[in-house]
Amino acid sequence: MSAVIVFKNAGVGMAPAPETLAESPLSAQAEVSTEVSTEVTTVVSAVAEDAAVKESQTSTDAKSTASQPQGSGKRWWTNIGRRVYVMLGNLVPPLLGLCIMVGLWAFVALNNDSIPGPIATWEAATKLFADPFYSNGPNDQGIGWNVLSSLQRVGVGFGFAALVGIPMGFILGRFTFVNRMFEPVISLLRPVSPLAWLPIGLLVFKRADPAATWTIFICSIWPMILNTAQGVQRVPQDYLNVARVLGLSEDKIITRILFPAVLPYMLTGIRLSIGTAWLVIVAAEMLTGGVGIGFWVWDEWNNLKVEHILIAIFVIGIVGFLLEQFLLLLARRFSYESR
Amino acid sequence: MSSSDMSQTNLDHQTEVKSSTKPIVKVEQVGQTFKTRQGNFVALRDIALDIYPGEVVTLIGHSGCGKSTLLNLIAGLTLPTSGVLLCDNREIAGPGPERAVVFQNHSLLPWMTCFGNVMLAVERVFGRKERKSKLDARVHAALDMVHMAHAAEKYPHEISGGMKQRVGIARAFAMEPRILLMDEPFGALDALTRASLQDELNSVLAKTGATAVMVTHDVDEAVLLSDRIVMMTNGPAATIGEIVTVDLPRPRDRVELANDSRFAEYRATVFEFLYRKQLKKVA
Repeated sequence: MSAVIVFKNAGVGMAPAPETLAESPLSAQAEVSTEVSTEVTTVVSAVAEDAAVKESQTSTDAKSTASQPQGSGKRWWTNIGRRVYVMLGNLVPPLLGLCIMVGLWAFVALNNDSIPGPIATWEAATKLFADPFYSNGPNDQGIGWNVLSSLQRVGVGFGFAALVGIPMGFILGRFTFVNRMFEPVISLLRPVSPLAWLPIGLLVFKRADPAATWTIFICSIWPMILNTAQGVQRVPQDYLNVARVLGLSEDKIITRILFPAVLPYMLTGIRLSIGTAWLVIVAAEMLTGGVGIGFWVWDEWNNLKVEHILIAIFVIGIVGFLLEQFLLLLARRFSYESR
Repeated sequence: MSSSDMSQTNLDHQTEVKSSTKPIVKVEQVGQTFKTRQGNFVALRDIALDIYPGEVVTLIGHSGCGKSTLLNLIAGLTLPTSGVLLCDNREIAGPGPERAVVFQNHSLLPWMTCFGNVMLAVERVFGRKERKSKLDARVHAALDMVHMAHAAEKYPHEISGGMKQRVGIARAFAMEPRILLMDEPFGALDALTRASLQDELNSVLAKTGATAVMVTHDVDEAVLLSDRIVMMTNGPAATIGEIVTVDLPRPRDRVELANDSRFAEYRATVFEFLYRKQLKKVA
């Protein structure tokens, strides 16, 4: 109960959470159930929006936290100061993490001649990105073309997977019989590495390019089916009761109730699929060749241009990160406040 | 009280004003048994109740007495294991738009605006016969009736609990149902909001002359709103214990009624039933 009150006050200032705790004697505070205390912790974190502040508040005991001057904006300069403090708090940890990574890399490169250091890699990267879209025949193209053709394969394979997987998920979620029918099939096929399907793709399509797309299709389809089906099964009974009481037709139930209710789950499925697809495409292209970031990595290995391999690792990472962020943004756009 | 006495009471009340009218809903010797792991659970037995046009009936009883089960049966969300329910002399075989339901937790669809939520119901009932402009007008009229016209374009998460319930009521009324079924419609609201929504519901019921069945466990609410209070015995195997006819003039004003001796009497009758005759032993 106290956690609820704390939450309501949270918008006003950051002080109330520790203060309410401080008012109770320490012995009583020790008796606070774990459930409540974790809730308070989340409240504090939500207010502070800052990992560092949160840590200091939860680690110090309530008494000292309460005595800390935490203004709720009485003076404008404290306000600005706090904002800068929060911003720094948001920026410092990730930057520190990246610095540690680059530092470790430089350290390893110093002790190992075959691995180029950050500076050598940076120089190679500036040269490489000066002209990312050149084309000297199918086996020598700019990194831009390689990334784009990989993305295209992911897009096509994923698109087909969505076309098949989402309707299938709806059917599996809606009809228990079908669900139980496909359950063993999906359980059997899902753990198989999509690359194991590559030879089948080569056999059927007779060409490398559609075979790589085919592996993307296979690896994308499982999360799509399973998440959509789960979403359909988890549509709140209240909404279905509304549909029943209103006597909505099956197509209205699908478009007005099921689809919007399932959309967040579907987007989770899409996000998982794209993530896996981006992992798989690199490996698939290493095997099939042609144009693509995975092939490019292998090609540069054959040329022994290790800087380029490192650059490729960064590029793959950044593209994957951007895909994820884009889909998270999309998910946030289409998610509704449940109550 | 046997069932024959009960129907006698009903008849006495109805003969006063509605001697020639037929009941909208007839509940005939209905029983409901649920299958559980421990075996069969008899929730309701021998329920007989007629609901006449224009009257407001509340179902009251301790929790677990099956009042919501009875409402769900009338709504058609569940089917009885014995007996039969009729609506306009047709057996209730499932939910239908002529029996609108207001749910306790409002059950507005969070991805639609208030307008969209009400429109979903209006479209279903009138969409085939009427033009878009007429449908729009119906939605606006319904929202206006519960004083929610200003929030038509708001989403459910942007408005308060009381406002959501108003929209829920608007959605039900917009369907122009034969009978309105409400399952503890104000149960989740604070006392002040509840009071203002009760007054509002009272005036809307008066304006539309609607027939309504409401589940509640609030004695004041029951006396204030109903023409008849159906008091149910404790479960398992709950049934109708007594029926009180509330003969207070309408419109009813809660402040005036607070000093009305008849109001106090009705209240006392219900309390007597709930806390003397049907006192629930809480472990």
